[in-house]
Amino acid sequence: MSQQTFFDKIWQAHEVEVADDGQSLMWVDRHFVHEGSFHAFNKLKARNLPVSHPELTFGVADHYVPTRSRSLSDLPLKSQNMIQMLSDNAHEHGIKLFDLHDARQGIVHVVGPELGLTLPGTFIVCGDSHTSTHGGLGALAFGIGASEVAHVLATQTLWQTKPKQMRITIDGELAEGVTAKDIALHWIALLGADSARGHAIEYAGSTVSALSIEGRLTLCNLSIEAGGRCGMVAPDEKTLNYLQGKAFAPCGTDFIQAGQHWLTLVTDTEATFDREVHISAADIGPTVTWGVSPEEAISVNSLIPDPTQAAHSAKAQQWTNSLNYMGLTAGQSLQDVLIDRVFIGSCTNARLEDLRSAAQVLQGRKCVIPGIVSPGSSSVKALAEAEGLDSIFINAGLEWHEAGCSMCVGMNGDLIGPGERCASSTNRNFKGRQGPGARTHLMSPAMVAAAAVTGRITDFRQLPQVDVIQETAL
Amino acid sequence: MTPFKQLEAKCFPLDAANVDTDQLIPARFMQESRSVGYGQFLLHDLRFDSNNIAIEAVMLNQTRFADASIMVAKRNFGAGSSREAAVYALVDYGFRCVIAPSFGDIFSSNAVNNGLLPAIVTESDAQKLIEHCDNLLANSTTDAPIISVNLEEQIIRCADMSIPFEVTSAWRTKLLNGWDDIELTQVRSKSIEHFYLNYQLSSPWAVEPKDNNILAVTR
Repeated sequence: MSQQTFFDKIWQAHEVEVADDGQSLMWVDRHFVHEGSFHAFNKLKARNLPVSHPELTFGVADHYVPTRSRSLSDLPLKSQNMIQMLSDNAHEHGIKLFDLHDARQGIVHVVGPELGLTLPGTFIVCGDSHTSTHGGLGALAFGIGASEVAHVLATQTLWQTKPKQMRITIDGELAEGVTAKDIALHWIALLGADSARGHAIEYAGSTVSALSIEGRLTLCNLSIEAGGRCGMVAPDEKTLNYLQGKAFAPCGTDFIQAGQHWLTLVTDTEATFDREVHISAADIGPTVTWGVSPEEAISVNSLIPDPTQAAHSAKAQQWTNSLNYMGLTAGQSLQDVLIDRVFIGSCTNARLEDLRSAAQVLQGRKCVIPGIVSPGSSSVKALAEAEGLDSIFINAGLEWHEAGCSMCVGMNGDLIGPGERCASSTNRNFKGRQGPGARTHLMSPAMVAAAAVTGRITDFRQLPQVDVIQETAL
Repeated sequence: MTPFKQLEAKCFPLDAANVDTDQLIPARFMQESRSVGYGQFLLHDLRFDSNNIAIEAVMLNQTRFADASIMVAKRNFGAGSSREAAVYALVDYGFRCVIAPSFGDIFSSNAVNNGLLPAIVTESDAQKLIEHCDNLLANSTTDAPIISVNLEEQIIRCADMSIPFEVTSAWRTKLLNGWDDIELTQVRSKSIEHFYLNYQLSSPWAVEPKDNNILAVTR
């Protein structure tokens, strides 16, 4: 048999049919819907079609949910309606829903893995581009649009042209405090925000193996920010250990059998990729975006780029536009950039490990600017509270919120004001992403915490020791 | 869906790279019903000031572009989120074709599913088209550039230029015929059933997700 990549193996297992034009009709194992899926349900209604496999679709309220409290009245009527429509559609079609008041509610890409709905070797889709997250557990997963959501609801399948494949191998030990978020921002800055367009990405190498599952989820989550079709890490023992005992994962002998199969889902040694990229972990430092595209990222100890130094005129024009929007000056030190507020949350960086890393920085320190911490799920929130992380955030001066997409996309009204600058653990620094005129700097949760303490972009490893601060205060 | 064969129409040049979906339609408009018409939200925060007044200097607000159907932009158009609303905004405004050196993958499939052609040209051809439009616009306050896009021949024509473009062949067929995926798939329901029967045997762990926590409680 010819040599296959891990991606090839999953793709092949889900091909129902290959059409003459080269498109494959793919079987979908898990389909997630959220409030934004109402367009798709309306399309079904217009054709009077049922959901073909309601047991394989799961609904989660996340994009519009209030996070200051769980009270719907916190929201404008139109947003309340979005949550109600999801509930009505789920009920009408017999779809399991984790709604606003469910103890297992959260951001869909946090909930799927932690409930074991996400499994290795499965094909997962959702009307949200950060569906690539689920690849961290060895699933083939990507975001789709509303027409495709309607197609999946109606047929449990999806037409797809097989993408090209790209392997990013990262080897070596990460420096202290450098995280999966930094790896992602680093490689996207290196290769470009459209560098992985049309490609399925496999992340490999010793650095990736050493990442926790949560770190792998973060790494795969950001694949879409380089235009990748999906991002994946082959399942290993760590993956199995993570999934064992999860609510919807197989149990007992079923789990053992499934696990044996999952461990075969690795790239054969002679398999080839359309593109291979090698990155050394030693080259990666804490990385922060300065512009309005995720590719506009630099190491925290750098200077803001100068358009006159850009490789070509189109790039120079792009940088100038970004500098104007962000209100920054070429050549200024990134660590001199003042921050107005912070946000720790999102499907990228709001799992327990992320909250722990931010809390570690904030322990015993005070924030000089306001900010919000919104856990990735209600389960994460409960676990964080059980170990006292909520008190650390609150004592430091941050708001401790309920779970949801919150300020990453601002749909629930958690917004940054025009011209305000936010240090954010999220995934997109697009113009207006966190509100009209808002300026976003993406970074890891620990770096966000450090910015909250100093009021400017800060290498958290260079913060004075806590006891030193206390002595000064005395 | 209306088939797309060829189109001769006014072309709006958007001289920018990375025009992401958050710019195409800011998230706050996505709770609106499609029936309100999403064209008013297209590139909203570029076109309107904070008081919601149309900014005159923004070319797309000029009446000469009110009936534009083609847009030409730079690389990585439609990058970002999977929101089909970005395509609804373009289509409801009247656009049937966007020309750019590259598109976000999800944006492209959304476009095709709504009869909007994502035509891929080289960076230098995109630049040429934008310059051609800009020159014309600099010399007139009323005229808008006219471009012709032929999907059967995969050629864009304007003035004396003849520019080839790329589009995935399956998408080309779909657009030319105005086909709809759900109908195409429904005729294959037998092969889907057949697949599912085998799949249940080969991947039993994937087909029936059960909530073990609830089972544990009820036992």
